[in-house]
Amino acid sequence: MNDTAILHRYANPKAFSDLAASITPIAGIIALALFAIGLPWSLIIAPADYQQGDSARIMFVHVPAAWMSMFVYSCLAGCAIATLVWRHLLAEAALRAAAPLGAAFTAVALITGSLWGKPMWGAFWVWDARLTSVLVLFFIYLGIMAIFSALEESGKAGRAAAILTLVGAVNIPIVKFSVDWWSTLHQGSSVFRADGPKMAPEFLYPLLIMALAYMAVFFWMWLIRIRTEILVRRAASLEAAR
Amino acid sequence: MNDFFAMGGYAAYVWPSYIIAVATIAGMAIQTVTAWRRAQERLQALEKDAAQPTSQP
Repeated sequence: MNDTAILHRYANPKAFSDLAASITPIAGIIALALFAIGLPWSLIIAPADYQQGDSARIMFVHVPAAWMSMFVYSCLAGCAIATLVWRHLLAEAALRAAAPLGAAFTAVALITGSLWGKPMWGAFWVWDARLTSVLVLFFIYLGIMAIFSALEESGKAGRAAAILTLVGAVNIPIVKFSVDWWSTLHQGSSVFRADGPKMAPEFLYPLLIMALAYMAVFFWMWLIRIRTEILVRRAASLEAAR
Repeated sequence: MNDFFAMGGYAAYVWPSYIIAVATIAGMAIQTVTAWRRAQERLQALEKDAAQPTSQP
């Protein structure tokens, strides 16, 4: 079986639901375990930064949220392409299921960022390119959610949301490279760099644990939400048949 | 212990950050599971309905 055949096999809602049912509890347990390790590591074990003191601990909840805001959007873009190309209902369900999660991670990134900005920069908010492009990302997520809640007919809503997702994808490289293209108050990348992470291990390890925890909890929620969408659809078709 | 809660003078920023991050994720998780259970119940009720013979001629 080639890759595409495997993809199409799991594009079947029943096959997907069965697979997801076995992965979901594993993802949930991994997420809980990683938070149980990552939170005490971030709050107690990791040292205070020599310049920023304990305010640097905000980084452990802020940076993973910011990474997720971009990662979830990439997942949305993938679903959007699948929705438009194959018009597959599962891709649309996945798009619909992930958008609120992406919005939530983006909100966490924005709020925790401004809580760090106040003591470190002296302001909760500055209109620099990084902060502004992430705020735009948040509004794009809200726009995608608004389309789904405004359009009743699912196929139409999915295609409209998919188009907005792909148009909004232009913003993703802007978010990523904003710190290089413009002189922003926001600092540049210190982990995903061509020359390797530029961060001391005592900060890097808890940061990566927290990032994996966010990732695991995202997949756990995403899988449940896609399965919920499948059930809602089945219920709607039963109701229509009555 | 008080040192831990004081967060080196940054308590007013560190604790709200953690509380908001954890509460947002926990809130999404609760909403996700609630919606899943509700969808399961609704589908079960509909399937039960569909299985019963209709009384109409």
